Amino acid sequence: MIEFKMPSLGADMEAATLVEWFKAPGDRVERGDIIALVETQKGAIEIEVFNEGIIGEQRIQPGRKVPVGTVLATIVGPAEEEASIPAVKTTKPVEPRPQERLTRAEEAPAPATPPSLRITPAARRRAAALGISPESLAPGSDGIIGLAQVPTGPERAHRRGAGLDLDEMRKAIGAAMVRSHRDIPHYWVMHAIDATPLFEWLETQNAIRPMERRLLYIAPLMKAVALALKQVPELNGHYKDGVFRPSPAVHMGLATALRGGGLIAPAIRDADSRTVDELMDVIAELVPRARLGRLRSSEMTDGTVTLSNLGEGNADSVFPLIYPNQVAIVGCGTACPRPWVVGNAVAIRQVIQVTLAGDHRVSHGRHAAQFLTRLSELLAHPEGL
Amino acid sequence: MTTRRMTYREAVREALRESLTRDKRVFLMGEDVNRYGGAYACSLGLPAEFGDERIRDAPLSESAFVGAGIGAALGGMRPIVEIMTINFSLLALDQIVNSAATLRHMSGGQFSVPIVIRMATGAGRQLAAQHSHSLEGWYGHIPGIRVLAPATVADARGMLWPALMNPDPVVIMEHATLYNEEDELPTEGDMSVDIGKAAKRREGADATVIAHSACVKKALDAADMLASEGINCEVIDLRILRPLDDETIIASVRKTHRAIIVDEAWRSGSLAAEISSRITEQAFYDLDAPVARVCGAEVPIPYPRHLELAALPQPQSIAAAVRKAMRR
Repeated sequence: MIEFKMPSLGADMEAATLVEWFKAPGDRVERGDIIALVETQKGAIEIEVFNEGIIGEQRIQPGRKVPVGTVLATIVGPAEEEASIPAVKTTKPVEPRPQERLTRAEEAPAPATPPSLRITPAARRRAAALGISPESLAPGSDGIIGLAQVPTGPERAHRRGAGLDLDEMRKAIGAAMVRSHRDIPHYWVMHAIDATPLFEWLETQNAIRPMERRLLYIAPLMKAVALALKQVPELNGHYKDGVFRPSPAVHMGLATALRGGGLIAPAIRDADSRTVDELMDVIAELVPRARLGRLRSSEMTDGTVTLSNLGEGNADSVFPLIYPNQVAIVGCGTACPRPWVVGNAVAIRQVIQVTLAGDHRVSHGRHAAQFLTRLSELLAHPEGL
Repeated sequence: MTTRRMTYREAVREALRESLTRDKRVFLMGEDVNRYGGAYACSLGLPAEFGDERIRDAPLSESAFVGAGIGAALGGMRPIVEIMTINFSLLALDQIVNSAATLRHMSGGQFSVPIVIRMATGAGRQLAAQHSHSLEGWYGHIPGIRVLAPATVADARGMLWPALMNPDPVVIMEHATLYNEEDELPTEGDMSVDIGKAAKRREGADATVIAHSACVKKALDAADMLASEGINCEVIDLRILRPLDDETIIASVRKTHRAIIVDEAWRSGSLAAEISSRITEQAFYDLDAPVARVCGAEVPIPYPRHLELAALPQPQSIAAAVRKAMRR
């Protein structure tokens, strides 16, 4: 019998509230199945199971807040006939509701066809404040989207059904960063990289691609960072209890800003071995989900390194703090046109200032320089990513 | 601080006594107020203390004695005029609306009418249609007067003196079912209350129940029932029906996102309608449910007990409206 415990979903988590069970006693589960929803300071997280078997007893009922490590349920190990049973799809993905745009009709719409989106003013306002599209919200059983259907925002916390509480999230980020600043001997190495080839390549790519296949520069950038990290294993992995464990794969946490000031870094698994297009797909799916506060437990815990990209801001560079127990974080400033020496002439080039923060217990400046040099080479030839 | 227990009726009587004692210009006038002690016994015993000059019986002639009260106020007195029930006040409506409420404006501010008109209102005592209606909303419609609705013993005790000090006409509606309500009041100190603000009678985060007069108690009863279901209502007692205290109402609705207005009067064109409009005008984007109204049935109030109860808002109907707003 396996004890399924409340997982630790990050260096800063001590307890969480079980919101919902997606499985009942007697249900068969496979590795990777989502079996419960818990609410943490970083939003509602879907908890996956890492064993297969049959749910035995559910010891904790929804609504209870329990510390990390508490046994939530028991799972009876696989019987003889295991392995061949197909995984049961357990999550009910929220179907985006196509919004019927009411044209400026001369007459009111016929009462028999209610508008497809019925949302209360307060819910609409909160969704807008959180940057959530109302169409992405599932209505209540009466067909109406009210406050109860919108993830919790900064205005009010702890509504059942879960979501984000940005004040709580800020506390969690604060706690993790205090720990980082106190425990990790940081060093920072910065390098300005000419990313013009990357932007030129993106432009030609996007010119021939259909709209939905177009790339944002974060995707090839992430791929390049992941490949460069493969060359410097001292920057990728976890440091815990005085021991560094490098990770053979690069699971890259992508620092994602949430409207209202929250920040979360869900992990994209195997960023090094995915194609740029696959990474684009994952990012496109993950970022809105992070903003909705609906991440999975593995995405909260798997990261081996973090990428923090300032994106369209105007700041040149960032000197980030490492998220414990990782050992490095890559910070990218905004790409800007700069005077740049090419051969013997000065040209205008798109330059990104990339900073690597490393953990001195594991690596030092030369490792960072090695990484930044490799990244620079990779970005010079984006077609090879 | 020591307290004593008193009824709403005793609180009204004590307020009358206080006013008569504090200001020689104050007198009470109305049908049966002297020899009979008032229709609801509020002035019982006062003639012996203050004499027939200051506790004056009036003939069955509302227009005449309210008009006389207005004249006395213009002449420098501070009259308190009692009308047996709000239904009968319609006979004096011309005096109240066309004279008392307008004279300051029409005289360019040269005259004010410092009159206080008290009247019993509301249903619930099996007195049938002509003694049971709630016409507060009609008075709430009129600029130039202030309309008060004491729902508690403390307000019954504390509103009269500030009303008398108000330079303009004040109408005080006392709900007939409240006279026997009891509460603790301080034994000493100034009992006066603010006659400008609504009162929050219960704190809550989930829904705002707005009521006045006898419906406040029913709203609180509904809130108790709902609390056991995990719904926490905020209960606002309007207290002042004109001018309405928008600030308190809107702040509460912004917090709870849901508003349920309880009003014993008929729904059409009611005070509840006015409040509902103000909420949608000022807090539309904060609403998570349509503004709900629990009002009296649109019939003349029936005489039989069960029909009378059915025609009025009750804690059960208020609770049902809150649940609906909560989508439960």
